[in-house]
Amino acid sequence: MTNETLQNLISSWIPELEFTEADSQYLNITVKPDQLHQLMLQLKNNSETSFDYLFCVTGIDYEKELGVIYHLESTTFRHSIVIKVKTEDRENPTFDSVWNIWRTAEFHEREVFDFFGIIFNNHPNLKRLFLTEDWDGFPLRKDYVDEINMVIK
Amino acid sequence: MNISLSITKNIHNWLFSIMPEGVASITEMVLIAVVYLAIFAVAGLYLVLLERRVAAWFQLRIGPNRVGYQGLLQTMADALKLVSKELTGTIKADKFLYNLAPYFVIVTSLMALALFPFTQEFQAFDINIGIFFLIAISSIGVIGILLGGWASNNKFAMIGAMRSGVQTISYELSVGLSLITMVLISGSLQLSEIVEVQKNGWLIVQGHVPAVIAFMIYMIAGTAETNRAPFDLVEAESELGAGFHTEYSGMKFAYFFLAEFINMFIIAAIATTIFFGGWLSPFGITESIPILGLFWFLGKTLVLIFLMMWFRWTFPRLRVDQLLTLEWKYLLPLNLLNIVLMALIVWLNLTIQF
Amino acid sequence: MDTTTIKSNFKSEEYFINMGPQHPATHGVLRLLLTIDGEIIKKVEPDLGYIHRSIEKMCERDSYQQIVHLTDRMDYLSSHINNEAVCLTVENALQLEIPERVKVIRTILGELTRLASHQLWWGVMGMDVGALTTYFYGFRDRELINDIFEETCGARLTMNYNIPGGLMFDIHPNFVQRTKDFITHFKTKLPEYDRLLTGNVIFQKRMKGVGILSKEDAISFGASGPVGRGSGYSCDVRKHHPYSAYNQVTFNEVLKTEGDSLARYQVRIEEMWESMAIIEQLIDNIPEGEYKVATNAVIKLPKGEFYQKVETARGELGVYINSTGTKNPYRLKFRSPGFSNLSLLNHIAVGGKIGDLVASMATLDLVIPDIDR
Repeated sequence: MTNETLQNLISSWIPELEFTEADSQYLNITVKPDQLHQLMLQLKNNSETSFDYLFCVTGIDYEKELGVIYHLESTTFRHSIVIKVKTEDRENPTFDSVWNIWRTAEFHEREVFDFFGIIFNNHPNLKRLFLTEDWDGFPLRKDYVDEINMVIK
Repeated sequence: MNISLSITKNIHNWLFSIMPEGVASITEMVLIAVVYLAIFAVAGLYLVLLERRVAAWFQLRIGPNRVGYQGLLQTMADALKLVSKELTGTIKADKFLYNLAPYFVIVTSLMALALFPFTQEFQAFDINIGIFFLIAISSIGVIGILLGGWASNNKFAMIGAMRSGVQTISYELSVGLSLITMVLISGSLQLSEIVEVQKNGWLIVQGHVPAVIAFMIYMIAGTAETNRAPFDLVEAESELGAGFHTEYSGMKFAYFFLAEFINMFIIAAIATTIFFGGWLSPFGITESIPILGLFWFLGKTLVLIFLMMWFRWTFPRLRVDQLLTLEWKYLLPLNLLNIVLMALIVWLNLTIQF
Repeated sequence: MDTTTIKSNFKSEEYFINMGPQHPATHGVLRLLLTIDGEIIKKVEPDLGYIHRSIEKMCERDSYQQIVHLTDRMDYLSSHINNEAVCLTVENALQLEIPERVKVIRTILGELTRLASHQLWWGVMGMDVGALTTYFYGFRDRELINDIFEETCGARLTMNYNIPGGLMFDIHPNFVQRTKDFITHFKTKLPEYDRLLTGNVIFQKRMKGVGILSKEDAISFGASGPVGRGSGYSCDVRKHHPYSAYNQVTFNEVLKTEGDSLARYQVRIEEMWESMAIIEQLIDNIPEGEYKVATNAVIKLPKGEFYQKVETARGELGVYINSTGTKNPYRLKFRSPGFSNLSLLNHIAVGGKIGDLVASMATLDLVIPDIDR
């Protein structure tokens, strides 16, 4: 399915999605946090989109906002899509977990939680994955400071 | 009990001529013990070296070749190193049992060693219930492993010990039954008697089909008894680290290590004595030179030891349930049938005698 | 496995055991928290981070040329392919025209890397199931590949041979001949692997029906590489998203449908044959030409997001670069194959014995620095 037909189909499900293909090789969809799980479920289960392979979950710090980027691919149709979700709440950023849609998200979301402090609702085992439980702060955020271990040029 | 100490009559007579009878007996026993300890240490060390060279040969390597000529002193050096090492242990270990365990293992294998007729005159302890005694003694060794694993206060050691328990109890049966199969044909439990019987042909030839089956079962079960690959679940490196001896170091570890090799020697020596005529030469070609019996005995034993090393360096390891399945579902029923078959053959006089 | 389902009247007690971070079977500093009932695995919980260097954070302050050298230290057994992944991302972003010669050489080296990685895996795979001799057989042949790398790239493990724009220097004059010699040699040695281990009845019993992963689960868990293909999931990036010279060669994507440890094992063994076939198609026709194209000393990527997938020896490696147009990436993310493959360990190991866990973990072919990054 081409990006255009994908866009037409998906925008018919949830009207207020933002679509863009600028600066990227994939079709990018920005979704509001409260619609994330609904959209993801439909993307996976709809027989025309059938995005059954979540191949990358990236946490990202946009300075003002925190976000998560999901790269999806369909193993039947071999088309790909990128879903982005953002929040301005830096103290308590919360999104819905998608681990019950793609099992691989369980580990990837733990990684994002570990480095960005993004909390995923309904995650079965949301705790630090790489760092120790008592680690202070979230290292991959842009405002993280560690004067001893970080070398900044 | 008929204990005949007949290593060399000369020493015996000489000792009794210069000392009172009681003192002489004790001196003689001590002397024999020292000789056997020496054999034990040297045999153990050189079996380790042999294993390392054989392993190297299988693995396209050279193996130890620096210490002494062709690495002949390598294991001596290793033993020295182990003696000088610190003995570590866990804090919450049961100290008494923890320290006792290596001695259980080493003493039992040493006791078993005393029984073998290395050659006609070279046997420390010719007891009339020889095989029975061997089976009894060799099952005590597992107590040492169980104690060591349990007393270490380490979960990996504990799992190793548990595995050792199930494994030894299971394979003990097969070792015993396959030896009993051969006792049916030899008609004696005394090791010297059994060798005597084989002057009419080695038992593996006399007993033909059931004897070959018994030998195969014995070698499988014997390898399992010594906890060697493919049955080395007790110390399965990739699963349990070092298994039951994880928490042992220095000389205590060396005792376990040496005992493993002595046990291998014992298993091979039993097979030699029971199946392959012990010190008897093939077709009696060197019967006029009795001392060559030692050569034949050791030669046959080493071939069987090589066989066990061959297993170790080419086979993967079994899983614990497969290990038990093999014993209880295949080897044991086969063994029981084999005993009946052997009894029939002996009863109907179908044995091959030269 | 039926023993696990029998309800016992005896009271059984579960206990915890720490496998790792120093353990012979975890091949590195992976720590597994096992919940065990006797010998039966109830739960496997990986505890990571013992070798985490936060390469992604380091990348945010490094130039693109420097980033390439960090990727060696992730999956050190596919270091060449890791380098290539970053280089391809940067080259695609800059829309550089890469010479054919570079593409072919990269493909050959990538396949040699895959061969070397699978040889090492085969060696330690045997060790994990208790056959110690395999290790030396695997290393005997891997040594020859390392010699080729040493001659051409100047290093045996962390090659650092790729740079954005091409290769660091041209191939060694002996490269073609030595590679051909190696292929001839290894064609006689690979059947030996089967004779030593694959056909062994104990090995078959240990692997068959152990650690079963269905195709649906493989996709859901994001399995890739031989782990996914062992479950019948067609996930070869070289086929579906060809890069470098993979669209010029014909090769089969090895697929097995059983999904057990043996299938994953066989996929890797057969992949070695395919890798040799790929190298044979290319080695005689390395095009003449430049070995790199000139790039600016300071590479600045245009503003945007770039994603590149490659197939390492372990599976799909993804590189995501978010650039704001400066000389450093704003955010760089590595989607490492080992990370996803590890996440399914609990799924395939529960219900098996400790020995099964070790055997299935070996077939996942985990490289811990790749997971920890």
